[in-house]
Parts: sequence; C-alpha cells; structure tokens
Amino acid sequence: MAGASKAVADSRANLPFVYRQYSAEQLKEVLYKMYLIRRFEEGAEESYMRGLIHGTMHLSIGQEASAMGICMPLTEDDQITSTHRGHGHCIAKGAEVKRMFAEFFGKTTGYCKGRGGSMHIADVGKGNLGANGIVGGGIPIAVGAALSSKMMKTGKVVVSFFGDGANNEGAFHEALNMAAVWKLPVIFVCENNGYGMSTSTARSTAVKNIADRASAYSMPGVIVNGNIFSEVAEASHKAVERARAGEGPTLIESKTYRHRGHSKSDRNRYRTKEEIEDWMSNRDPITLFENELREFGFIDDKGIESIRDAVAKEIADGIEFAKASPSPDVRDTANYVYTEQA
Amino acid sequence: MDAMVRELSYAQAIQEAMAIAMDMDERVFLMGEDIGVYGGAFQVTGDLVDRYGADRVLDTPISELGGAGVAVGAAVTGMRPIFEFQFSDFATLAMEQIVNQAAKMRFMLGGEVSVPVVMRFPAGSGTGAAAQHSQSLEAWLGHVPGLKVIQPATPYDAKGMLLAAVADPDPVMIFEHKLLYKAKGPVPEGYYTVPIGKADIRREGRDLTIVATSIMVQKALDAAATLEAEGIDVEVVDLRTIRPMDKQTVIDSVKKTSRMMCVYEAVKTLGIGAEVSAMIAESEAFDYLDAPIVRLGGAETPIPYNPELEKATVPQVPDIISAARDLVKGVR
Ligand SMILES: Cc1ncc(C[n+]2csc(CCOP(=O)(O)OP(=O)(O)O)c2C)c(N)n1
Ligand SMILES: [Mg+2]
Repeated sequence: MAGASKAVADSRANLPFVYRQYSAEQLKEVLYKMYLIRRFEEGAEESYMRGLIHGTMHLSIGQEASAMGICMPLTEDDQITSTHRGHGHCIAKGAEVKRMFAEFFGKTTGYCKGRGGSMHIADVGKGNLGANGIVGGGIPIAVGAALSSKMMKTGKVVVSFFGDGANNEGAFHEALNMAAVWKLPVIFVCENNGYGMSTSTARSTAVKNIADRASAYSMPGVIVNGNIFSEVAEASHKAVERARAGEGPTLIESKTYRHRGHSKSDRNRYRTKEEIEDWMSNRDPITLFENELREFGFIDDKGIESIRDAVAKEIADGIEFAKASPSPDVRDTANYVYTEQA
Repeated sequence: MDAMVRELSYAQAIQEAMAIAMDMDERVFLMGEDIGVYGGAFQVTGDLVDRYGADRVLDTPISELGGAGVAVGAAVTGMRPIFEFQFSDFATLAMEQIVNQAAKMRFMLGGEVSVPVVMRFPAGSGTGAAAQHSQSLEAWLGHVPGLKVIQPATPYDAKGMLLAAVADPDPVMIFEHKLLYKAKGPVPEGYYTVPIGKADIRREGRDLTIVATSIMVQKALDAAATLEAEGIDVEVVDLRTIRPMDKQTVIDSVKKTSRMMCVYEAVKTLGIGAEVSAMIAESEAFDYLDAPIVRLGGAETPIPYNPELEKATVPQVPDIISAARDLVKGVR
C-alpha cells in the first residue's frame, strides 16, 4: 500500500507507526475490516445456532488486530497459511465474506465449493493457501511456499499463522530450523491467546514466551501486544522488510485472547469469567483501535457509525448470497480428489 | 446379575472401564490432549481428573508424536498408559512411534520387553468436521504385525474390550466411532473383559452374512430388520477385532448362508473388506458361495464438509438394504 504524503507524515511525527505510515482512508479501511471479521464471525455463530451451518467452528473474536496488523504490509501476491481459527486471516488477506459464508453453508459458490467448511477456508487467488485442521500443519507448508519464492525469484513473502499450542508440535521446530538455515522469506506468526484448547501455555510450554524459541533457530523473536493494531503492523513491517531483503525469517509472537470458547463444544472450565470479562471490556482490539483513530483525528463518531452500517449490510448480503447459492450435487463426490486432466 | 446391569452410553462405558482399570492397578494412567479439566474433546474422560488427579489424568501439550512415544516408553518400563488421541486422524502425526517403535520393539529385542500400551482413537465421519477430522484409518494400523486393533461397536464391548486391552501385554489400538459415543446399551457394573480377537454374531440368519465393523454393525442390524419383512434372513457378524482377525467365525457363518457382504466405513479399496473377502476366498467357505462377495465401503474420496456429500461418501442403511437385496436375488 502507498504511504501517506510527506507533509501529512510530518504532522503526525509523534504518533505510533501506522498513523505515520498510512493514509486516513487506509486506516479507516482497517477498521472496516476489523468490524467485518467480528460481524462475520458473529453471523456465522448465529447461523450455526440456527442450524444453518453444521460441524463446528473456531471463532477468532478478540484477535482481529492481530490478523489485520500482520496482513497490513503484505501485497496481494504475498501468501499466508492459516489455522483452524482462520476466518480473520482470510478476511484480512482479502477474501469476500459472501463466499466465506457460502462455504460455511456448504454451497458450490463457497471458496472450497462446499468441501472444506470453516476449518479449511482458503482463498488461493488472494494468497491464502488455507486454514488447517491439523495443529501446526501449515507451518512447513509456509516454509515450502517461501522456498518456492526463493527458487522462482518471485519476491513473495509468506506468513504462517499458528497458535501457541502449535509451538509444541515437531513440525514447528523442523520448519523453523529449515527456514533459518535456508534464509527463506517467511514470517512465523504465533497468535498466543494463552491457551491451546484448555491447556494454558504455562502448563504446556517450557519457555515463558513463544518468541523465546526464536533464539534456538537464530532468528529474531519479537513480542507484540496483539490487541494493538499499530504494534502488530509495525512488527510485521519490519519482518516483511527483512524477508524481502533476503535476510531470512522472523518469529513474531502476538499476545492476544479469544473471547469465545475454543470451539462450539467448550464449557470454559479452564479459565475464569473474570479473566474473559477483563479482556472483553478492557482490551478489545476494535475498541482500542477505534479510540486511537478518534483521538488522533482520523475519524469521528459519525464515521464509525457509517462503517458499522456498511459492514452490517455486507454481512447481511453475504448471508443471503450463501442461502441462495446451490448445493453441490451428491453425484459429484469424486470431484477434486485428483486433478482433472483433459 | 441383572440388577447390576445399567444402560450406559458408549462414552460412559469407556470412562467406567478406565476408572476400574485405575482402581485395580496403580500403574494405569491416562494421557492425552485436553483430557483433564476439559474432559476430553468427546467428554470420554469427563471428570476423571477430579477423581484421580492430574498426575494420572495427564494433559499433554499438543504433541502427538512425542506423546505417543512417551506412552510407549512408559509402557516398556513398567507403567500401563492409556493414550487418547483427540481424533484418530492425528495418529498420522504419531505413526513413527506406533508403527516403528510400539509395534516392533518386542520383536526387535528378541522378546526381552513387552509394550503394554493402549491407544484410543475417536474415528469416523458424520459430525461435519471435514476431511482431516473424519477418517477411518484402522486398516492402516491393522496392517502392522505387533499391533492389535479393535473396533468395539456397543457400550458393553467398549468397556469389556478396553479392560481386556489394559490387561493385554501388547499394544492395543482401539478405534471408537464418534457417532457411537452417545449410543446407549446395557453395561454390567464392575470388572469384566471381552476377548480381543473374537468376532460376535449379533443376529443369526440363513440367507446372507454381513460382516460389519464399528458403527456399521448397527446399520447392518437396522437393514436386517427391514430385509426380514421381505423374507431375507440376514446374519450379522460384528468383527470387533481386525487384527488378529477371527477367521473361523466368519468362515462358519458363510458356510451356513452361502453369501457374504462386508460393510465398513473406511475407504473401500485396500481395506478390511478386501482382507475378509480374500480370507473367505482362500478358505473352505469359498466352495459354499452361491454368489460373488460384495463389499460396501467408503467412497474413494476424502470426507467432504457438505452434510449431504458427507452422508453420500459412507454406506447408509438404504445402501445396505439394496445391496443385500441384489445379492440375495442374484442381481449383479
Ligand atoms: C495435530 C492436531 N492435534 C490436535 C488437534 C485438536 N485441536 C484443534 S485446535 C487445538 C488447540 C490449538 O491451540 P492453539 O495452537 O493455541 O490455537 P488456538 O486454538 O488457541 O487458536 C487442538 C488441540 C488438531 N486439530 N490437530
Ligand atoms: Mg491458543
């Protein structure tokens, strides 16, 4: 994305990074998308409750700043691998919510033509190589994509999103090591929301911070407040620059929190109401970003209102699109198992 | 004795078996992801952590390869771990420890050690969990000498076979269909075992033998009830163990009915049906066959997310009914 003009930049000299780097329009677009992620997931949750969506889903409500901040410096050509908690990543990378809803409704107009659902949501055209049902499954794939970038000299940067729980899978360690040895243009983004399902990082992970793992693989390990868009975006910028310059990978640990349970079957017995309440009312990433935008004069209440209205409309339209779309034909179960050849 | 029999769900029966095993033998402990305070992804361990403590109901990090290996190591050195995979699909991450280590250690060391580990695998489709959370991989492990692989189909068997597995000196892999967890059935209180390696005739019949596994046993019984009204008398054999397989029970049944169909949820090709069919073709029962053997298995595709497609990829009761009808009437 193009930066703000020089004159505007000077007048913002004391503001945090993103407010110097981006135009008001771009920043408002970020707020729009953070709302889009939130309302998409609320819409999906409601549709699930009403029996319109089956299976299960993992909501990233509370983690929107992390997805948006990381994707901010990426171009459409850059790629990501995502996780079971991947709706936010998908939208942040440019997906249309109507095709995501269609996927959740199991329709042919969905991104995976109704075959994947929430846990495999992807948008390959926009560089999202897919969410993943296997914890840690996407991390080596991101390294492979980065290897392609290097071998094919495409200049692409690849981001691998994963959770704190994934850092205890062997795939994480093997992937980080190869990325470092081969100096690949990949950024490992651990969205540490404190828990892998019911297991806190304190109970599962020998190091205090996931970023501490970086030193074992000779790459920078950066910790950011994942609920502050500006902090996340700034760290992502630096990591993208480093990757594009051929200096190799970075591990970013984005500390955040999921407001909802792990999935649709979580009784939340491993954390307290007070803890959840505290994150929701005092550290909500959308509220924090909105407050900053207002405080620094990028937006007023009316502007925020119109963003919310526009998002509500896009969500409602998306659900209608999904409902009206056709289901796949049961005779087509064999499609896409192998590549169709003429 | 009847007074001691209650209706329990399949999940409750497994939980009760694990509690009994832990009460009887202090070497028995449970390992797995989110089996403690969460109670397990399918609430099978439930509140066992409150009763037995976090040391015996041990939450692991999300580390299937390491976790399975730790269970193998503990088993070799005197403990009796029961390791829960959150989904059977994640066995793929632990294949090394299961296939190269657990299965072969006793053999490679010339019988100097045993590996009394039990691993539990919630398996199968039908929950809308899509391609990476719905597979039936039991035949993969059934291919490995050194492992025992079982698929209990009822709450009674789930409890009795788990207790038999814990008592077994060798590695036992238990595949539990997720849709069975809520199924209820009579389960006696207290300790009992159901032998590993023994099939069970769930329904006697004259016209056709259906050899079924896991959730397909109930589907075959449902189909048999419909077929009975049409004058087709089906015998349903619940295989229960796929390694070591109870060949004789199947052979005897086929000799009686002269027709055989295998029904299983896993992908049809190179699966349990192929093994059972070949076993019959090699046996004395072959001469008794009046019709070609029929296999009904899963479609040659990953499990799709869309619910209608998902159903279409695994055998359903109407599929069993029409295949059985054709088989008995000689329609090819
Ligand atoms: C290999 C594997 N093991 C276990 C699971 C089941 N599972 C799905 S998500 C999850 C927790 C993941 O925690 P984390 O990586 O912190 O991501 P979060 O859910 O917190 O976003 C678990 C255990 C899985 N899908 N894949
Ligand atoms: Mg987490």
